[in-house]
Amino acid sequence: MSAKLSERAQLLRRIIRSHKRWDAIFGLLGLLAMSLAILTLVALFAQMVIDGAPRLSLDFFTSFPSRRAGQAGILSAWVGSFLVMLVTALFAIPVGIASAVYLEEYARKNWFTDIIEINISNLAGVPSIVYGLLALGLFVYTFGLGQSILSAGLTLGLLILPIVIVTTREALRSIPQVIREGAYACGATKWQVVSDHLLPYGTPGILTGVIIGLSRAIGETAPIITIGALTFIAFLPPVPFQGEPVAGLFDWLFSPFTVMPIQIFNWTSRPNPEFQLNAAAASLVLVVLTLGMNALAIWLRYRLRKNIKW
Amino acid sequence: MSSTLTTPLPVMEQRLTGAARLAELAQIKAARKRKDKLIELILLLAACVSVFTTLGIVYVLVKESLVFFTHVPLWDFLTDSQWTPLFEDTHFGIAVLLAGTLSSSGVALLVAIPLGTIIAIYLSEFANHTVREVLKPILELLSGVPTIIYGYFALLFITPMIQKIYPDLPTFNILSAGLVMGIMIIPYVSSLSEDAMRAVPMSLREGAYAMGSTRFQTAMRVVVPASISGIASAYILGISRAVGETMILAVAAGMQPNLTLNPLEPAATVTSFIVQVALGDLPHGSIGYQTIFAAGLTLLIITLLFNLLGHWMRRRFREAY
Repeated sequence: MSAKLSERAQLLRRIIRSHKRWDAIFGLLGLLAMSLAILTLVALFAQMVIDGAPRLSLDFFTSFPSRRAGQAGILSAWVGSFLVMLVTALFAIPVGIASAVYLEEYARKNWFTDIIEINISNLAGVPSIVYGLLALGLFVYTFGLGQSILSAGLTLGLLILPIVIVTTREALRSIPQVIREGAYACGATKWQVVSDHLLPYGTPGILTGVIIGLSRAIGETAPIITIGALTFIAFLPPVPFQGEPVAGLFDWLFSPFTVMPIQIFNWTSRPNPEFQLNAAAASLVLVVLTLGMNALAIWLRYRLRKNIKW
Repeated sequence: MSSTLTTPLPVMEQRLTGAARLAELAQIKAARKRKDKLIELILLLAACVSVFTTLGIVYVLVKESLVFFTHVPLWDFLTDSQWTPLFEDTHFGIAVLLAGTLSSSGVALLVAIPLGTIIAIYLSEFANHTVREVLKPILELLSGVPTIIYGYFALLFITPMIQKIYPDLPTFNILSAGLVMGIMIIPYVSSLSEDAMRAVPMSLREGAYAMGSTRFQTAMRVVVPASISGIASAYILGISRAVGETMILAVAAGMQPNLTLNPLEPAATVTSFIVQVALGDLPHGSIGYQTIFAAGLTLLIITLLFNLLGHWMRRRFREAY
């Protein structure tokens, strides 16, 4: 009897051991999968630092692209990226926040609101190159904006609109109802509640979304290629009120341009390996920029969660 | 707040009384109401921008594709086995591009789905709080890297690395582009799956543990089945990312149309074809110009189908707690 019992106990112990082994194996597998993903990120970074760091110098930032790889730089590319981002931000931030405020605070629950909501979640899944086709057909040819900074900025603005809307809505939703009720009880109108309470309290969350959206836009290549941005640009957009003839305040909006990702694409697709070193250097700049923006957003979100206790 | 608080003040200084004061107040109230209505209208217009975007996309793609399909019969578009829109002898068989999209997405998903799921289960069920808080943001950085840089990485790092093991691999191939694409998609799969798993109520896990389950058993037999709808929609998001990915393929997979599912060969996909045409100098209104809209429409329909499938699955298999 007791022999049988101890036999059973041993069997049980064996089963428990084997189950625990599975636990350990899976824990290891998880760490392995995780480190594979992170190693890729490290390898990517290392590859660019090794290839690109020697090319990085002040000249690289202040020179135009050139036929000679050693003298080529990213001046027109980073200026173009900066101006396109300016247009994107000026379009996407107000429109995105306004849509989010409408959907979260004003919209009644009806079929029209449903359509807008479904539509936004679908837009977030549309491939970026399709936005490029939209811009090509609508902005470039129908509206006649041409292959300009304005077209590109608006395209990327539309592209990141769902990101800005979704994060702004989350930020608004996380503000407790008590705040709204308190303000209404003091006689505030809806807009006063929104502009004096909800938007200020939601700012960190909204900012996170805006930064993530812009970091996505700055690395976006496909839609800008589709609208036909030139790849070899050795001049800068006109500065307002300067030059000959004198440029107008908004002339730069309609100027041809190139951006960082397009410059990288152009250099990567050349057979001469020296240009690929340029591509690595420009990629390094771009990736530091986007990862920096992402890290900023993550840090903001972290601080937000830590500091605010309603 | 300042603007509306200061407006009534001068009125109070005049010390209106009785009916006059009431009328004054009513006027202020009406003005505020009007302002609020106006603001609501402006906000509504902003919300409609996204609807107009969709309408714009559909309008542009359908308009140009309709012209395209007057030149090329739909049947040929679907069944022709060659894709040579820019040659003298034109053929428009979308199957050629779809084959490229299929094999590249296939490779990417073979990487992203297993790794993404394992990482999600690990982060949600195995890792402690600190590990999760540190690793999750780092993982999310993977999806923040611009895709053109992944393309560069696939072409100049992954391909030479695979060539050391398998020397016959051509410089441009679907395999390395797909592998890198898979790594890029991991965070999309893992983050959404993990959110779904974390939404499973603690009581279910506690029940399983009380019955003597190990972590692994709890994860596989309780948590994963309970969150399957969320996991499935994470997969679908991953698929639609893979299908729509452009620059990695344009850089690393070559852009020659090639009717094959073999990932060891170079091939064009629906997306990289659009890039290739856009890089050239096609006149507005030519048949070559319209092909990219037909290709874009195909792409949009595919991703839309996946989106709908995702919505349906979420609704069909949702477990409400």
